[in-house]
Amino acid sequence: MDLYAVVLVEMLYGVASLVLISAGLAVVFGMIKVINLAHGEFMMMGGYATITAVNLGVNVFVAMLVIAPVAVGLIGLVVERLVIRHLYGRLVDTMLATWGLSLFFIGLVTMVFGNTTTGISTPIPGFAIGDYQVNGYNFFIILVSASLLVVMLSVLKGTRSGLIARGTMQRPDMAAALGYNPDRINMATFFCGSALSGLAGAVLAPLVGLVPTSGGAYIAKAFITVIAGGPSLIAGLLSSASLFGAVNQIFTFAISPVVGEVALLVAAVVLLRVLPKGVTGTFFKGRP
Amino acid sequence: MSLNRRKFLTAAAAAASASTLPRMAIGADSIKLGSILDTSGIFDAYGTPMDMAMRLAVNELNAAGGLLGKQVEVVAYDTQSDMALYSQYGQKLTRQDRVDVVHGGILSASREAIRQIMRKSRTLYFYNVLYEGGVCDRNIFINGVTPAQQVEALVPYAMGKSGRTVYILAADYNYGQITARWIQKFVADNGGETVGVDFFPLDVSDFGSTIAKIQSVGPDLVIAPLVGGAHLSFFRQWAAAGMKDRIPLASTTMGVGNEHKVLTPEEGDGIMVAYNYSQELDTPANGAFKEKWSAAYGDSSLIHEIAVSNYQGIMTWGEAVRQAGSLDREAVIATLETGLSIDGPAGRVTVDPKTHHAVLDVHIMEIDGQGMRVVETLPQRQPIDTQAVCDLQANPDDNTQYEIQI
Amino acid sequence: MPGSLTRDAITIALVTGVLVWVLPLIIGTYTLTVLVIYGMLALSLGLIWGFGGILCFGQAAFFGLGAYAYAISAINIGESTLPMFLAVLVPAAFAALLGAMMFYGRLGDVYLGVITLVVTLILFKTVNSTAGPQYAIGNARLGGFNGIPGFPTLNVPGLPDAYIWGDGYFYVCAALLGLVYMLVTALLRSSFGRVAVGIRENETRMSLMGYDVRARKTVMFAIGAAIAGLAGALFANWAEIVTPSLFSLGQSAEIIIWCIVGGLGTRLGPVLGAAGLAYLKFLLGQQALIDNALVTGLVLVLFVLFLPKGIVPALSGLWNFGFVRWRLPGHIHQRRRPRGRERTRNG
Repeated sequence: MDLYAVVLVEMLYGVASLVLISAGLAVVFGMIKVINLAHGEFMMMGGYATITAVNLGVNVFVAMLVIAPVAVGLIGLVVERLVIRHLYGRLVDTMLATWGLSLFFIGLVTMVFGNTTTGISTPIPGFAIGDYQVNGYNFFIILVSASLLVVMLSVLKGTRSGLIARGTMQRPDMAAALGYNPDRINMATFFCGSALSGLAGAVLAPLVGLVPTSGGAYIAKAFITVIAGGPSLIAGLLSSASLFGAVNQIFTFAISPVVGEVALLVAAVVLLRVLPKGVTGTFFKGRP
Repeated sequence: MSLNRRKFLTAAAAAASASTLPRMAIGADSIKLGSILDTSGIFDAYGTPMDMAMRLAVNELNAAGGLLGKQVEVVAYDTQSDMALYSQYGQKLTRQDRVDVVHGGILSASREAIRQIMRKSRTLYFYNVLYEGGVCDRNIFINGVTPAQQVEALVPYAMGKSGRTVYILAADYNYGQITARWIQKFVADNGGETVGVDFFPLDVSDFGSTIAKIQSVGPDLVIAPLVGGAHLSFFRQWAAAGMKDRIPLASTTMGVGNEHKVLTPEEGDGIMVAYNYSQELDTPANGAFKEKWSAAYGDSSLIHEIAVSNYQGIMTWGEAVRQAGSLDREAVIATLETGLSIDGPAGRVTVDPKTHHAVLDVHIMEIDGQGMRVVETLPQRQPIDTQAVCDLQANPDDNTQYEIQI
Repeated sequence: MPGSLTRDAITIALVTGVLVWVLPLIIGTYTLTVLVIYGMLALSLGLIWGFGGILCFGQAAFFGLGAYAYAISAINIGESTLPMFLAVLVPAAFAALLGAMMFYGRLGDVYLGVITLVVTLILFKTVNSTAGPQYAIGNARLGGFNGIPGFPTLNVPGLPDAYIWGDGYFYVCAALLGLVYMLVTALLRSSFGRVAVGIRENETRMSLMGYDVRARKTVMFAIGAAIAGLAGALFANWAEIVTPSLFSLGQSAEIIIWCIVGGLGTRLGPVLGAAGLAYLKFLLGQQALIDNALVTGLVLVLFVLFLPKGIVPALSGLWNFGFVRWRLPGHIHQRRRPRGRERTRNG
């Protein structure tokens, strides 16, 4: 019985971490149709920002939840102004440019921080479920993802800027005609997306050993989750992350981590073949 | 036609190199040492300190007057963690640069990519890395510890401190697979039982379900030959789940790339390992080595197991050239096969003539305060795994990597 | 395309001949061989992407399949002729299946990209986890992360002991690249090629005109995979080891970059892009001043920003510019391109 509880926690954690690593990409792709292949590197830089801040004596939660998102958001802002701005509407070109950026950032971080694995320890102790010890940090990640979804939903649904963002997402020309500067909206969206990537990297940093090439492990998963989710931002993210997270963890637990990963990928192929517009393109049209 | 063209090509190449590379003419009277390592890309945490150690060793040889009265010149290439570049630079070193010896290769795949090139071109090759064992080739000399040397020492000690049921978590490639089999053998030999074996590809970094699975089996000891940055997550997540004080850990790889310096003392303390080298090794030779390293690079914290292996490999080669009094490959091999030894920072290293592997000291250590505290030293261990399958004295033409049947 | 196929064939043969004669004077044949192989790999994507409009994120999957098909069958058969054919057929068959699944499902561009990427990842992860002794096909151990070394390399057909290696191997690869290039040219001139370009330009219109777009795209995809598979087999022979990194995402991305930098919609562009960038990577490995990933990344970003069409189209644009300017008045080119002349006058 305890084992089932543990597996359930692991599954929830799997879903939550997928939501977390895909959120930044989903915002940028869903709102301004840019596939940011440097997303993984933004996460990696979020991790480095956290570790640097913690080593400088900042409280670990402040570093993760405030400093890292802001720092990476600012990097994203610079990237948007210098590169992405010139490429809106050219999906393939943005993918290529951001892929170039990802290599660039790997090189840059290697030159600045070196290539040795770094990391910080988990700030929350483990605790017991029956006879089993569970990583307490898993609950923190579940909590962060859940609140992230709630915040995103309430911003999009409940605030004026959310309304403008949704309007721009559906008809950028009309939004521009109504006097909202698309240039500034794009900029703000990219900032938010990058900040979310930074947050994800920061929150996951205590669980892993960080190297400049760590980002590569996330990008494929995030990419698949976002595309399989389809056009609507939050419903899509949640539905595809739940599906893939559950499939991954069940197979990992039943057989092995490799089979888990492969099962996730196979599920993605099947899903896209059956629902070529993504989950929400088929079931929840037109919701954020 | 083709003969004429060939002559023309040779002449043109000679003209080109003569005009564009005046340094070649000066370099002609030096000994060329080829080095081929990943100093960028995902394996550079291993490669960069190895490169530093190589340069330190060569500078030391040169400061002592060089070899055979000549200076040693380094020809180094960065393979950028790309296996295809190993073949490319390997060819360049042997055909174009015509080096006298090649030291390098980190992963087994990279070694296998260049080993045949070196053999075909009759260029002496040193592979100075801890690896899975079994390579039997007269042209190659290997001075890293092999699984049997490590595991034979580590398993009884770790089982003595914990209990008789063992769970193995290994990296999913040759090294991990073979090491896992050796662990199973020595666990059985010591009266224990292996209750589970799991393999993880090198990019897996989420061990949550595995940790739950281990608990459902409940072993006395976990041995984890896990490799690389992603796998470091295991030790972190293990500690985060509060498992560290419940089931002891041992590893044959943890710390090879100085991973233990990344873990906090709370996460790392108590993990049991066995290697040839530790920065905390309290010997005059190691003290002197660390001082030399600090003098050259400012700080000795980057030194790790395979950097020291690389240093010892170059010193072994240097000693062999000096004793042979020649750079001729056959003469150097013959000298090495006399059972040549040197005293390196990690103790005495002796060439085993039968296998071209090394007889060396293995230290059982525990990680303690981000260092490796030496618990016990087992002097001069033989590479018994490779000795069981390889005898280059009897079959000098052997050219295989054996999978040792246990 | 102006001019006749015969003229094209003669040009290709001449250019290949001259390059094969001149280049070994500058660069070692061993490095040149891999540049030629990468050129062929880039050409395979250049064909399906630049002319067929199919953006495949997983061209490396076919490259890797070709290499593994060669290595595994060469170990089991003991000579190289049949394995070379298998290395072309296996990826082509795999691509035909995959392509049929995607194109008959009417998947859009981005989804196509994701599926090809995911399939590459599946192959990579699967092959990567075959280190155990239980994974073997015939006599060939798959070897997992460390790959398969020590398979028989290319020999003269019918003579298993007459290995082709060194300089000879370079000439074989160069001749094969010339041949593939010629076949691609012929394909693009055929009605199949013209229809493929039509599909790239406007899929709906072509299907309304009665062409079976799905079948044609599938065939195009399989042809691209066959070329990539051949390149994979040649690579396996060159490196004498195959590892799962052939399937990696990095490898796929590299092929895309080659095409972009060289120029899409041209045949020469991808080949030049591949050779140039691979040589740059090789040169960068000989210095330790600056991180190599940083340079590669920067090159890509700058190209997308400032030269999105790639080198070859940009150069041929320049060429046409000069051509028009210095041409005697009244030539056919001027009548066909009045705007070009105006531009020259103004600028």
